[in-house]
Amino acid sequence: MYSAIVFLPLIGFLIAGLFGRYIGAKASEYITSGLLIIAALLSWIAFFSVGFGETELIRITVLRWITSGALDVDWSIRVDTLTVVMLVVVNTVSALVHVYSIGYMHHDPHRPRFFAYLSLFTFAMLTLVTADNLLQMFFGWEGVGLASYLLIGFWYHKPSANAAAIKAFVVNRVGDFGFALGIFGVFYLFDSINFETIFANAQALAEGQGAQEMVFLGYHLEAESALTAVCLLLFMGAMGKSAQFLLHTWLPDAMEGPTPVSALIHAATMVTAGVFMVARLSPLFELSHTALTVVTFFGATTAFFAATVGLVQNDIKRVIAYSTCSQLGYMFVALGVGAYSVGIFHLFTHAFFKALLFLGAGSVIHAVSNEQDMRKMGGLRKHIPITYWTMMIGTLALTGFPLTAGFFSKDAIIEAAYAGHNDFALYGFWLTVAAAALTSFYSWRLTFMTFHGKPRASVDVMKHVHESPLVMTVPLMLLAVGAIAAGFTFSGQFIGHAYEEFWKGSLFVSAENHILHDMHEVPLWVKLTATVMMAGGLAVAWYFYIRSPETPRALAARHDGLYRFLLNKWYFDELYDAIFVRSAMWVGRQLWKKGDGAIIDGFGPDGVSARVQNVTTWVVRLQTGYVYHYAFAMLIGVAALVTWSMFSGGGAH
Amino acid sequence: MSWPILSTITFIPLVGVFFILLVRGDDESARQNIRWVSLITTGFTFLASLFIWANFDYQTAGFQFEERWDWLGGNISYRMGVDGISMLFVILTTFLMPFCILASWVSIERRVKEYMIAFLVLETLMIGVFCALDLVVFYVFFEAGLIPMFLIIGIWGGKRRVYASYKFFLYTLLGSVLMLIAIMAMYWDAGTTDIPTLMAHSFPASMQTWLWLAFFASFAVKMPMWPVHTWLPDAHVEAPTAGSVILAAILLKMGGYGFLRFSLPMFPVASDLFAPFVFTLSVVAIVYTSLVALAQEDIKKLIAYSSVAHMGYVTMGIFTMTEQGIQGGLFQMLSHGIVSGALFLCVGVIYDRMHTREIAAYSGLVNRMPFYAVAFLIFTLANVGLPGTSGFVGEFLTLLGAFEVNTWVALIATTGVILSAAYALYLYKRVIFGTLDKESLKSILDLSLREKVILVPLIVLTVFFGFYPAPVLDVTQASVDALIQNYQAALTAAGKTALLAH
Repeated sequence: MYSAIVFLPLIGFLIAGLFGRYIGAKASEYITSGLLIIAALLSWIAFFSVGFGETELIRITVLRWITSGALDVDWSIRVDTLTVVMLVVVNTVSALVHVYSIGYMHHDPHRPRFFAYLSLFTFAMLTLVTADNLLQMFFGWEGVGLASYLLIGFWYHKPSANAAAIKAFVVNRVGDFGFALGIFGVFYLFDSINFETIFANAQALAEGQGAQEMVFLGYHLEAESALTAVCLLLFMGAMGKSAQFLLHTWLPDAMEGPTPVSALIHAATMVTAGVFMVARLSPLFELSHTALTVVTFFGATTAFFAATVGLVQNDIKRVIAYSTCSQLGYMFVALGVGAYSVGIFHLFTHAFFKALLFLGAGSVIHAVSNEQDMRKMGGLRKHIPITYWTMMIGTLALTGFPLTAGFFSKDAIIEAAYAGHNDFALYGFWLTVAAAALTSFYSWRLTFMTFHGKPRASVDVMKHVHESPLVMTVPLMLLAVGAIAAGFTFSGQFIGHAYEEFWKGSLFVSAENHILHDMHEVPLWVKLTATVMMAGGLAVAWYFYIRSPETPRALAARHDGLYRFLLNKWYFDELYDAIFVRSAMWVGRQLWKKGDGAIIDGFGPDGVSARVQNVTTWVVRLQTGYVYHYAFAMLIGVAALVTWSMFSGGGAH
Repeated sequence: MSWPILSTITFIPLVGVFFILLVRGDDESARQNIRWVSLITTGFTFLASLFIWANFDYQTAGFQFEERWDWLGGNISYRMGVDGISMLFVILTTFLMPFCILASWVSIERRVKEYMIAFLVLETLMIGVFCALDLVVFYVFFEAGLIPMFLIIGIWGGKRRVYASYKFFLYTLLGSVLMLIAIMAMYWDAGTTDIPTLMAHSFPASMQTWLWLAFFASFAVKMPMWPVHTWLPDAHVEAPTAGSVILAAILLKMGGYGFLRFSLPMFPVASDLFAPFVFTLSVVAIVYTSLVALAQEDIKKLIAYSSVAHMGYVTMGIFTMTEQGIQGGLFQMLSHGIVSGALFLCVGVIYDRMHTREIAAYSGLVNRMPFYAVAFLIFTLANVGLPGTSGFVGEFLTLLGAFEVNTWVALIATTGVILSAAYALYLYKRVIFGTLDKESLKSILDLSLREKVILVPLIVLTVFFGFYPAPVLDVTQASVDALIQNYQAALTAAGKTALLAH
């Protein structure tokens, strides 16, 4: 069954990819979607049988991969509770996105290619979450990066889409650079990159038993510092994939891809890979206090930073993209304070409501003739009621309205941050609280600007506004059910009383880690803050966009500098462009023209041949062809020879 | 002695040359005959070479299929044999030749006869290099290989072919002269040029340094390593497609093969001494040429520079003297043979249609050439080292090995994965994506059947070895183990004598 879950999407990809143009778009759509639905149903079965059953860990070896010396890596499937949670998330959202895309993409001539890519992505993501060693995880990691690249650049005639695709891949590669070095470091410390060996020996290594020290960049690191270094390198990979602060720039641009792609890859699944990775490697991270502190810092910073940028964006998809970025920050805060299960719980609930919001946004965009600017929407509530109400549910869940999914998971993160012990836990607490207010504000801003008020679109566009077909709205409704129910149904298992029976040790917590217990004992005001912040954000948004729509404009004008700073995303793109992109091109050109051309060739082959040529021209000039020149030269030569032999005494005896 | 299979495979192409010489006339049917003879010869050579792989003993670290005849007195003999390090290069050579012939099927119109003869002779010489077990035999094959390549670039090349061919010739010749001197010195010291004997012979440490440097001069140029790489972009740009393929896929590998066959086992002390030097050149090559590749305006030049960067991983891996590093280096060479060969074939496809290699002359090819876009994408990704393609395995293993030895080297070399993604995808975007609005491209045609026949097997291999590299790694395992053991033993022995001398 587990093999089927992983390989059905691959089969779908191969069929649609290789034979798509022969079997036609319809067949490609139905085959890939059908296979994905089967995989999703199987995932739920697996979820209940592993999460709620007795099975602790299943390992299936598929094929030998790389064997070289001590390195021994297989293609394999590892199934434990953490895996099945991810299987459910990935396959459910993927199946719904496949179905939704049948409606959303029905005008596109390249549908077989689109569905092939979607299935390829799903397969790569599944190999990532079922990995039993770091290398297979890396395969899935880069595989989803590839699928993301292909799907962002799906409309290849758009220059902006191509640029965004390259940006996504290259920025991710910066993260992967750290990930790869982290893998090398793990191999250095453990002589293996299989999870079984690493997890079994991590504790002993940290205590300094039989561990050699690692020389890293000239520093001699003790076992514990070595572990910290390795964890930080691995976390760099997570930062790239999960669009954390400093490596986040690719995610908003990734919205150039078709909207279903944004929902699947850039909201619900791929970007959570970093969170998954840290959780999977909890036996390593748990041993490094410093690494966890860094994780908290970056998570909190991202949560706040992305939320501030989200406040002022006008593109409906970009608002949600920044929201995703911010929510990923929340998850890392939870991981950073040692509450792994809380982070995964938020990952789980977030997948539902964020996919819902994106697909809803797609439905809106579909309705208003591919317009994405919220300033040209408004008043759509009556025209597309199903989209409106499902998005409303998504917004409530995202902002953490009581009893929705986000309420359980997000508030738990804030409480965990308060209860956390590392140096940045309180930093995390205050920033996530602030971000909660901002989240609420931008989410309601989005809803109000899009659905409420007077229509700002042209009459022509408004005439064509229509609700999406069933094939698109049914996935929305199913996700809405998840956005409401995922919280209260599973909170007991993920973070509550049934924690032990559910996780069965697939997340490692050290003996000193009591965060799950402590977070229930935080003061009442902490528990209430998140909800108060949510209400505050809602109130302000209502005042700004329903009650008195002039206020935001006046405010923006008054604080022009701040407004521009936020609108331009803290100027990260400009900064990176100047520091990395342009300078790399400039250095490249210099090295080529000056380094290779002027120096190496100049002093090397070209220089030598030029000198040879000089000499020959000179020699040629001597050969004048006049006999008396030669005779004269000969005379001087003879004279010189005679003089020399006389002085050196050569002919004396 | 059993049937001399290695000599047979080495000299089958010459039989093809004999038949080509029999063809008279220069009309179209004669040319067609010549092409078919070449194709059949190279195809047959490939099939025959598979026999080696089939009968190869994976457990034996030493040489297999050995042959020996007396040649110049008793000490210099004609001796052939393969081990786990060289065997796959023989297969790679014979495997790629038929593709080269096919790639030249229509693009070579002038002097078809001479062209095919040059290629077949070149094949003999290349196989000979990898099979030779005597230094003199090796040297003869190694040097003689220059001549057909020189002619291929100089006669069938592009506009600046004469400059490029001389640059190529002089660069490589200069290195080889030093190697010849070193070979003589070795003969005087050891009294033989027999490679297995020399491997067991321990040269005095001071002599090793000079010998190592002399061999290094030759192999570094061949690889090519920074800063003696500048002949490669010029040679690639001017060479005809098949010439580029052979150059990138096989001739460059002779440098890496030379390090493994001579430098490491024969001069272990010097290799150990110079390893940091090689690391430095390697990481400089990786970063430097990747940056240069980013700024290129000519497709072939870009791929040529990326080849230099990829060879940087090879030299780095080999000199780590770890199992992963060496096996990774070997794998990287084989994988690069397939992938860069395929990339040059891809460039050849559009060059045949448009007769330009300027990146700016293309855009939006995917609109009219979807199959081509897919093939080019797969090879681009393999070049980038995406897991699941053969390019990843070698890169990963060499970096893993480097990390064990020196983290700075690993750190700097790993930045190559970022840069390679940047230049490769940037190229892909400019050539394949975008709108097709250039008038000249409006009627461009997708891959023909012949081109598909060339590219599909290469795609299959690229993906296959990415998912299942075991066939290659298993072949090399025993020999690499033995190489490392002998190397360590030699170092320990040298350390002991050094201590005694104090």
